Amino acid sequence: MNTIIALTVLGVAILFLGILKKNSWLLPTILAGIPIVLILTITGWDTNRHYFNDMLIVDNYAVTFNSVMIFSTFLIFMFAGKYYHLVQRSLDDIYAIVIFALVGCVLMTSYGNLIMLFLGIETLSIALYILAGSHKESITSNEATLKYFLLGSFLSGFLLFGIALIYGASGTFNLDGINSYVINHASHLPPIFKAGLFLMIIGLAFKIAIVPFHFWAPDVYEGTPTLVSAFMVTVVKTASIIALFRLFSTSFSAVKELWEPTLAILAVLTILVGNFTGLYQTNLKRMLAYSSISHSGYMMLAVIAFSHSSANTLLFYAFAYSVATILAFGVLILVREAKGNDLFTSFRGLAKRNPVEAFSLSVAMLSLTGIPPLAGFFAKYYLFFTVMDKGYLWLMIIAIVGSAVSAVYYFKPVISMYLEEGQEFDLKAGVAYRMSLLFLAILTVLTGVLPFFLINLI
Amino acid sequence: MVQNLNYIPIHDYLIFCSALFCIGVTGVLIKRNALVILMSIELMVNSINLLLAAFSAYTNDPAGQIFVFFIMVVAAAEVAVGLAIIVVIFRTTHSIDIDVLNKLKW
Repeated sequence: MNTIIALTVLGVAILFLGILKKNSWLLPTILAGIPIVLILTITGWDTNRHYFNDMLIVDNYAVTFNSVMIFSTFLIFMFAGKYYHLVQRSLDDIYAIVIFALVGCVLMTSYGNLIMLFLGIETLSIALYILAGSHKESITSNEATLKYFLLGSFLSGFLLFGIALIYGASGTFNLDGINSYVINHASHLPPIFKAGLFLMIIGLAFKIAIVPFHFWAPDVYEGTPTLVSAFMVTVVKTASIIALFRLFSTSFSAVKELWEPTLAILAVLTILVGNFTGLYQTNLKRMLAYSSISHSGYMMLAVIAFSHSSANTLLFYAFAYSVATILAFGVLILVREAKGNDLFTSFRGLAKRNPVEAFSLSVAMLSLTGIPPLAGFFAKYYLFFTVMDKGYLWLMIIAIVGSAVSAVYYFKPVISMYLEEGQEFDLKAGVAYRMSLLFLAILTVLTGVLPFFLINLI
Repeated sequence: MVQNLNYIPIHDYLIFCSALFCIGVTGVLIKRNALVILMSIELMVNSINLLLAAFSAYTNDPAGQIFVFFIMVVAAAEVAVGLAIIVVIFRTTHSIDIDVLNKLKW
């Protein structure tokens, strides 16, 4: 609750700074405000408070995931100054909407009621529709936002219909209430409950970009302004997966046999389609979009292999994935600005003049592949271990095959940077930007070397 | 009011609302005009509102009706943003046909 209030106040404060025309204060206010919000969030640790008749539940689970998402947003804002440095107009609206989108994400991790889930998803989505179209003159940005808006509100309808049917069957929106209804009626659940369950899976799968509801994701991630795509593939993805996890682990855990095969097939399809389509990409941004799709497949495995250690695995995975992806986007922003595109050929010869950027991008790619001793390796290791522990050997084998395939496309930019000859150029990143990149790279390595401070948290 | 509602069996509401929902879904899938798609989505949302209100009346639980208000507010916000997006699209492409938007693929 503190988190939501603090974030909203921060967002409104940013808007007021915009009215007062204090444009140079915007980023410092955000970069000072987000750590305060993060501290406020962490003070909710072990309090386990319920607000408004269980509509919001701030348990350790919500606290940790909120912290990861707020931290990721902070990392993205570290690149905002550089990304928008050529923009003349005031950016208070864009920054404020990112903060409001984050409020939606926080609602999605700490809901105790389907109404709150819907409100969280919509707060997030409406903010993202605006952000996706925030380059008004760019036709790709326009196209991305219209696709995202039409498909997003269409699939929200399915989610809503699912919620309505589940309400009709169980008579409550409360997650625990639905859980006790499911336990009492497990043997003879009415058809409308099952239909509602599958409609909700469709709606949430769309938000996470799970195959076969992923078709919008590469287009939207590519067309959206790069900084916003970074937010969408990390924070938004984490929030959606967590929402799915909370729903299935509290409400529907008693009828696991009903949804488990569906989710398992969706996860397998996601891993295979995401990784194999990733092989055919020629530019980094679209490749990262497919990478995000395949990673949501891996995170789905943690939902399927639900156990007490699942949330922890998911936390570690979300953290490692977010940090590495934001790092890759940080370098992507520089290359796009210097070269005007992000084709793999643009990365040729990058390492000669820009060792820090090349090193950072390599660390990100290796971490996403899952090479030890980086964070991505341990994230995948714990995840696959959890999956196998619960007896899903076939899922683990497919995940490992997908992971091996992904190495091919993750290595493409690394090979371009270090081995291929190309015109030398300077990215002109500036010291502060380079330090941020190095900080993220070191964080990725450190999380890999010392994974223990994260792995037994919840 | 609720007594009048109770004369109609809940299954009729369910079938009626599902039919409305399916009409909305069909509209979204076959129409190429962004405004008509937006109207079809509104039809889907309103069928859900009716269904929630019906369930709420039959279970004597006010939560469903409260949720209808939340959905209305969210739908209004969504339409506000959606119409703005369509205006921006019209400015750059001079059309609101969704088929002109084909710059991003594979």
